[in-house]
Amino acid sequence: MNNTQAILKSEPKWLEELRNQGTQDYKTLPVPTAKDENWRFASLFSTEAAEFKPSSEPSSQSKDLCLKQSQLLDQSSAESIYLDDHLIKKTSLSDDLKAKGVLYLSIQEAIDEHPDLLKKYFLKQSTELGSEKYFGLHASHVKAGSILYVPKGVEIEDSIINYYWTDTEKGLICPHTLIIAEAHSKISTIDVFNSLSDSNQAMSISVSNIYAHETAHVFRKVIQNFNTKTVSFQLDTTIAEKDTSVKNLALNLGSAKARFENQVKINGSGAHVKMYSLTVAEDQQEFDQRTFQTHNAPNSVSDLLYKNALFDTSRTIFSGLIQVAEGAQQTDAYQTNRNLLLDPRADANSLPGLEILANDVKCSHGATTGNIDPEELFYLLSRGISHRVAMQLIVLGFFEEIIDELDSESLINTIRTLLETKFSAKLS
Amino acid sequence: MSDSTLNEQEESILVDNEKGNFSFPEDYQFDAGTGLSKETIAYISSVKNEAEWVKEFRLKALELFEKKPMPTHWASSDLENIVFDNIRYYLSKGQKPSRTWEEVPDDVKETFERLGIPEQERKFLAGVEAQFDSEAAYSRMKEDLEKEGVIFVGSSEGLEKYPEIFKPYFGKVIPSADNKFSALNSAVFSGGSFIYVPKGVKLKQPLQAYFRINAENFGQFERTLIIADEGAELTYMEGCTAPKFETATLHSAVVELVALKNAKIQYITVQNWSNNVFNLVTKRAHAEENAEVKWIDCNIGSRLTMKYPGVVLKGRKARGEVLSIALANDGQHQDTGAKMVHLADETTSNIISKSISIGEGRSTYRGQVHMPKHLKSCKNNTECDALLINSNSRTDTYPAITTRGDANTVQHEASVSKVSAEQIFYMMQRGLSEGEAMSLAVNGFVNDLLKAFPMEYSVELKRLIDMEMEGSVG
Repeated sequence: MNNTQAILKSEPKWLEELRNQGTQDYKTLPVPTAKDENWRFASLFSTEAAEFKPSSEPSSQSKDLCLKQSQLLDQSSAESIYLDDHLIKKTSLSDDLKAKGVLYLSIQEAIDEHPDLLKKYFLKQSTELGSEKYFGLHASHVKAGSILYVPKGVEIEDSIINYYWTDTEKGLICPHTLIIAEAHSKISTIDVFNSLSDSNQAMSISVSNIYAHETAHVFRKVIQNFNTKTVSFQLDTTIAEKDTSVKNLALNLGSAKARFENQVKINGSGAHVKMYSLTVAEDQQEFDQRTFQTHNAPNSVSDLLYKNALFDTSRTIFSGLIQVAEGAQQTDAYQTNRNLLLDPRADANSLPGLEILANDVKCSHGATTGNIDPEELFYLLSRGISHRVAMQLIVLGFFEEIIDELDSESLINTIRTLLETKFSAKLS
Repeated sequence: MSDSTLNEQEESILVDNEKGNFSFPEDYQFDAGTGLSKETIAYISSVKNEAEWVKEFRLKALELFEKKPMPTHWASSDLENIVFDNIRYYLSKGQKPSRTWEEVPDDVKETFERLGIPEQERKFLAGVEAQFDSEAAYSRMKEDLEKEGVIFVGSSEGLEKYPEIFKPYFGKVIPSADNKFSALNSAVFSGGSFIYVPKGVKLKQPLQAYFRINAENFGQFERTLIIADEGAELTYMEGCTAPKFETATLHSAVVELVALKNAKIQYITVQNWSNNVFNLVTKRAHAEENAEVKWIDCNIGSRLTMKYPGVVLKGRKARGEVLSIALANDGQHQDTGAKMVHLADETTSNIISKSISIGEGRSTYRGQVHMPKHLKSCKNNTECDALLINSNSRTDTYPAITTRGDANTVQHEASVSKVSAEQIFYMMQRGLSEGEAMSLAVNGFVNDLLKAFPMEYSVELKRLIDMEMEGSVG
C-alpha cells in the first residue's frame, strides 16, 4: 500500500497523522496467529487484506437498487446510505432537532463544518482485543461514516439509521459510526451492514465509537447481513460515564467470517450497560466474538448476553472478559453465552473470563452449549405440531429473550422476519 | 470467648503454622550441583544406575526443555524469576527406601515424625512413601497387598524391576513435549511413586506419599505413574511441605494416571509448600471404558502454583472429575484449573473449583473442556466460585470450552462474591468475633467440597483454612 494521502477534501494535519499512524500500524503489526490468546480457536484469516481495494463510484443502477433496498423502517429521524463507501443518500434532521443543536454529519461535513468536534472524538478508540492491525487499515482508509452529536438534554424519538453496503468484488469498505451523547440526552441508532449482490467477495472493517456522557441514554442496534463471501470486522468501543444507560444489540447473520470485537469501558459510577448479541451461523460461517467489559468505577452494572444458534458445519467463538479494576467496588457484572447446536458437525467455543481486583462485587459468567431439549420437542410434537415447525418455534424462542429488548415494534417484526426466512430454509 | 481461651487458640495456631518450617543440615552423599546440562543428567542417571533407554529418554527431554519457550504469553510473568542455573537438580543421602521406620536416618525420621507421618500410617493407610529431596526415604505397604500383587515403589525401582508393567505407559499420558515443565521433569525426574493395582483388586485404605524439600535452592522433580488394571480401585494421597528459605525453590512434578476398563482412581493432593516454592505440576489421567478418575486438589501453599489436572476420557461412559480448593494469601498466586478431553460417547465430566483470595493474594481458574465431532451424549458441568476477602484481593477465571457433536451438553458457571456483611453481622450478634465469623463463613463456602475429602483430610483442611484466615479481617 502506498503512503497515505488525503482521502477526503482538505483533511486537517491531525487526521493526516492518524492516517499515517494507521498505515504504519497496519504494515508493522504482525498478522495474528493461533498462538495469540485473542485469536484462540479462530480459524486464521487466510485472505490477504491487501487484495481488497477501495472501490470507485458505483453505477447509477446499483445506486437505485441500493436505495430501493434500504427500507428497514418506515420511520426514522435521519438516514445515511453508503454504497462501497460512497455516500449516495443522506436525509437531514427535522428543523426542530437542528434548532436544538443536534448534528448528523458525514466525515467530510464534519471536517468542513465541525473540525474541533471531530478532532476530539474521531479515531480515538482502537481495539485491545486483537485486531489492532486491522484498526490501522481502517484508520488509513476511512472516509464513509456518520457522526451523531446530541447536545445536552435533547431526546430523539425515532432511530437514526446508517446503511453500509458493498457491491464490488474485492472491495474494501471501512465504515465508521461515531455517537456522542451529551448529558441527559437520549438517542437510538441502527447500523445496517449489507451486500447488494450474493456473489461479490468484499472486506469490511468497521469501527464504531459511542461516547455516553453523564446520564445519557444510548441504544445502538447493529444488523450485520453481508453475503456469505464477505469478511467482516466490527471493532466497537463504548465509553460510559456516570449514570449513563447504554445498550448494544447485535444481530449477526451474514459474512463468511465475521470478527466482532466489542469493548465497553465504564468510567463513571451508576452506569448501566447491556450488551446483547444474537447470531445464526450456517454452512461454513464463522462468527468470532470477543468482548471486554471494563469497570473502572464503582457502583456500575454491566450485563452481557450472547446467544448463538449453529447449523451445518458453522463455528462460533465467544471470548469475553470482565475486568473489575481495583477500587471499583459494588460492581455488578454478568456475562452469559448460550450456544444451541443444531447440527452435530457445528462447533461452538466459549471462553468466558473474569479478572476481578475488587472484593465487594457481584460478578458471574455462565456458558452453556447444548442441543434442542428432546422433551421440549416431544411436547410440541405430541400436540400435533409438525417437526419442522416445532424446531422453528424452539429456535425462535431461544432468541426471543434478546428480541424482547428491542424498543420498536416494527424493528422487532423486521428482525423476526429476517430470522424466520433464514430458518424456514434451514429447518425442513 | 475469654482472653485465655483465645490465646490458647492463637498459640495452637502458631505452632501449627510453623509445623513445616524447619530444616536439617545438609550432608548429601550425592549432589548434582547447581545448573542443568547433559552432565547433570549423566550424573543422575549413573547414580541411579539406570538402563540406557531411560538415560536416552532424559536427554531427549532436556533438548525439548531447552527448545521450549516459557508459557508467559498466557501465564504469569513471575515464571521469569526462576533461574534454572541456580537450581540443584539432584540431592540424596544415598538412601535406599527403608522398609521399617527404625532404619530411616534420624534427621529424616524426625522430619516426618514432626509432620506426623508414622502416626497417620498406623491409623489408616494401606501404604506410605516419604520422599526427602530427590529420593524416597521410607516406603512400606501392608503385606497382604503385596501378596495380591499390588506394586508400590519409587520411579527408579519401578522402571528397573517392572519395566513390562510401567514402560508401556511411562511418558505416554504426558509426553515430555507437553510443556516446558513436563520436559524438565522428564529430564531430571527422581523419586515419586509407581503404583500398579492388578485386575479387580480394590484397595479399601488409601496409599500415601509425602514430599519434603529440605535443601535451599533445591528443585524437586518427582514422577508418579499409577496404573489401575481392569476393575481395580485405589485412592492415593499426597502431601507437600518445605521450610521457608530465603530464595525460591522449584517443585515440578509429572503425574500420570491410567484407569483401565471399569477401574477407579481417586488422587488427592494437599499442597502446603512454603511461600517461596514455584509449584509447576503437570497431572493427567487416561480413563478407559466405564473408568472413573477423580482429582481432588487442594492448594494452600506455594508462591506460584500452576496446575491443571486433566482427564482424557478415552472409553465409552468414562467419568472424570476435578474438585479443587485454592487459597491465595499475600504474595501467592494460585493458578489452577482443570482439563477435560472427551474422546468417546457418553463420557461425563464434572469440575468444581472454589477459590479464596485473602489480602493481596490472587487466584486464577483456567479450564479447558473439549468435545470433538462425532461424539454423542457427552456431558460436562463446570462450576467456579471465587470468594474475595479483602479489597485488594484478586481473582480471575479463564475457561475455554469447545463443543461439537450430537446431544452433548456443556455448562459452565462462575461467580465471584464476598462474604456478605449481613452474614457477619448475624454471627457477631450471636457472640462470635469478626474473625471467627469470617472463618465460619469461609468454611461454609468450601464445605460442600470438603465433604468429598476423606475425613482426616477435611479436618486438617478446615484447620489450615482457619489458620490462613487468621488476621485477615479487622
